[in-house]
Amino acid sequence: MTRQMTGAKMVVQALKDQGVDTVFGYPGGAVLPVYDEIFQQNDIKHVLVRHEQAAIHAAEGYARSTGKPGVALVTSGPGATNAVTGLTDALLDSIPLVVFSGQVPTFMIGTDGFQEADTIGITRPCTKHNWLVQDTDKLSETIHQAFHVATTGRPGPVLIDLPKDVQFADGEYTPPAKAKVSHYKPRVKASIEEINNLVSLIEKAERPVFYTGGGVINSGPGASQLLRELVDATGFPITSTLMGLGAYPASGKAWLGMLGMHGLYEANMAMHGCDLMINIGARFDDRITGRIQDFSPNSTKVHVDIDPSSINKIIRVDLPVIGDVGHVLEDVLKVWKSRGRKTADTSAWWKQIEEWREVRCLTYKPSETVIKPQYALERLEALTKGMDRYVTTEVGQHQMWAAQFLNFEDPNRWMTSGGLGTMGYGFPASIGVQLAHPDSLVINVAGEASWLMNMQEMGTAMQYRTPVKQFILNNERLGMVRQWQQLLHGERYSSSWSESLPDFVKLAEAFGAKGIQVSDPKDLDDAIMEMINYDGPVIFDCLVEKHENCFPMIPSGKAHNEMLLGDASTEGAIKSDGAVLV
Amino acid sequence: MSALRIQQGSTSHSAYDLRDYHAEVIEKHTLAVLVDNEAGVLARVIGLFSGRGYNIESLTVAEVNHDTHLSRITVVTTGTRDVIEQIKAQVGRIVPVHEVHDLTVEGPSIERELALFKVEGTGNNRIEALRLAEIFRANVVDSTLESFVFEMTGTSEKIDAFADLMRPLGLVETARTGVAALARGSHA
Ligand SMILES: Cc1ncc(C[n+]2csc(CCOP(=O)(O)OP(=O)(O)O)c2C)c(N)n1
Ligand SMILES: [Mg+2]
Repeated sequence: MTRQMTGAKMVVQALKDQGVDTVFGYPGGAVLPVYDEIFQQNDIKHVLVRHEQAAIHAAEGYARSTGKPGVALVTSGPGATNAVTGLTDALLDSIPLVVFSGQVPTFMIGTDGFQEADTIGITRPCTKHNWLVQDTDKLSETIHQAFHVATTGRPGPVLIDLPKDVQFADGEYTPPAKAKVSHYKPRVKASIEEINNLVSLIEKAERPVFYTGGGVINSGPGASQLLRELVDATGFPITSTLMGLGAYPASGKAWLGMLGMHGLYEANMAMHGCDLMINIGARFDDRITGRIQDFSPNSTKVHVDIDPSSINKIIRVDLPVIGDVGHVLEDVLKVWKSRGRKTADTSAWWKQIEEWREVRCLTYKPSETVIKPQYALERLEALTKGMDRYVTTEVGQHQMWAAQFLNFEDPNRWMTSGGLGTMGYGFPASIGVQLAHPDSLVINVAGEASWLMNMQEMGTAMQYRTPVKQFILNNERLGMVRQWQQLLHGERYSSSWSESLPDFVKLAEAFGAKGIQVSDPKDLDDAIMEMINYDGPVIFDCLVEKHENCFPMIPSGKAHNEMLLGDASTEGAIKSDGAVLV
Repeated sequence: MSALRIQQGSTSHSAYDLRDYHAEVIEKHTLAVLVDNEAGVLARVIGLFSGRGYNIESLTVAEVNHDTHLSRITVVTTGTRDVIEQIKAQVGRIVPVHEVHDLTVEGPSIERELALFKVEGTGNNRIEALRLAEIFRANVVDSTLESFVFEMTGTSEKIDAFADLMRPLGLVETARTGVAALARGSHA
């Protein structure tokens, strides 16, 4: 049965029918009819952010921590252009989002009308797909289709551009069950040959490694369970990208830690020396591979991915397995078990890995007088371990240290901007996470510079009483930039310090939140406990060592086995040909 | 296959495909892409090529099924084998794309292009142009006392060859449609 209603009402109805409970947004002329409908109902909560970029990041945080699509609503023109960074971020990290933008009425499109922008043109390369709806009768079907596309296959952000006259006009509402099904149905089951071949490789490998990524998390909690089962049953070591942390528990026996540019020595060495690499839901990103020609030179490589375009894009693999991670893992386990749970002897490999572990690559020089950023994170980990905890981050050194020093036992607990590396992501993302998990502890590990990029969201945090903890590792530097300038640009620190910083405690107070500043390592534990126990948003200004560098580090253009382990190893380590890489 | 100007050693139709996968041989492939005929779909395909740095040698598009609103985009592109594989996979994941066919490797295919040539001249040049047009089976579709417009259908190579001949004879303007291509045989 179809019903007549206005386009604006349809938007709200379709969101309800799609099970949406929260929308992040910011109003403006071109979306007023939708805002009017939101006003007249109580099923969907609208969260007013302070900048549209934050609406998208908050929706990303919501999506990443729940596994459901995030929803955002912005106005035309500047509202839509402000959303572009967030959309690109979500595209690179495969986060399902459905974003609605207002548009000038259809009869004004192309006239440079007030707040007109070619939103479809601008967002075409930064969405998985987008639609301009020109006919109210087609609106509800388009919305259902948008949810289907955002969440099917490799997830991603989609955008629906809504001209104002389409919102006002009446049309027929089509419920999801009646909506036309799209031809868009990516394959989720791998072929039986692919599965059999993978099992044969598992049975024979002497130096295997699982290299997992965000695809495991996107495939849902069931996929993480199956991964654990497979890893524990085979006893193969496992490492993960930044995006995949938590899919396998950090406390698990086979866990090597994160790999990549700032990954752990044992993880990168295992990648370099393995004879079988099983990539599950990762994409051979340049932060992972280092110098392509020297990437894991002696291994047979398997790549499990739902997106065929990821296969052989960067690294040529021996066995592509195209399918959803959860489905593939289920089939692999079934076949491997039915063939007698065979593996080769991997004890020599493990012995080698233990030797690499002995290097203790995360060792840093402790201090009794200044807080080392690594120490701050160690204490944060110790004091929040076992709590119902979610962590977001900004981008920079603090992000890498957080990945190294915090342990994740479950998927969907770690939200960070991986592919795009968007400073300003973490704070709004933490608000999105907190709204989805009101009773959990949500911490944003931030750098002072990143945090300032979306600090206006203090207003949102206060208004919606989200007790998010802004754990700022304040080195008064654009630390990661400073590190590169030190190592690559002759210590010429061009614009890489944070001058005229606000007094973060006063800033918190100005918004009615709590501010805590700590600079003495002896006070750190009490301060962290005070932050955790405070019922409301906290800005935690942790003054840390200003010149600490983040290690290990594989400099751009180097191979996995050419890692720098500490300051002593950095002299002249980075050649100029590596300097052109980012 | 000669029509595709594929470099030596790069044919996949040989029973023994000896091509090195990693070889940096540039191949030319003709892709047929079936898409929903919706607004902006061509921009998506072209944007993908420009955004990822792929080549477009020629591109044609038109609706081919009015009932299902499907359009057929024919793209001639060049790249190494790896790049061609990437292009197909990337095009394949555009949401309104239904099918991607690589006509160059999927079997024998035919390719045609239509071109219009305006040739200006009098006297011997004019006579020679007309004579060559007959040999090439080009039609005269417009004429004045000092010009012809020839219409010609054929492979891109044939059209190139004709253009080369016309140039010294007074070729002043050319319009080409780009390649349309179909696989041979009875199957769709
Ligand atoms: C929006 C944006 N602009 C610039 C950069 C480049 N960048 C990467 S890390 C970084 C410094 C971050 O400083 P801070 O947030 O204080 O973190 P720290 O490295 O000091 O821990 C910059 C400028 C970026 N990633 N994102
Ligand atoms: Mg900093």
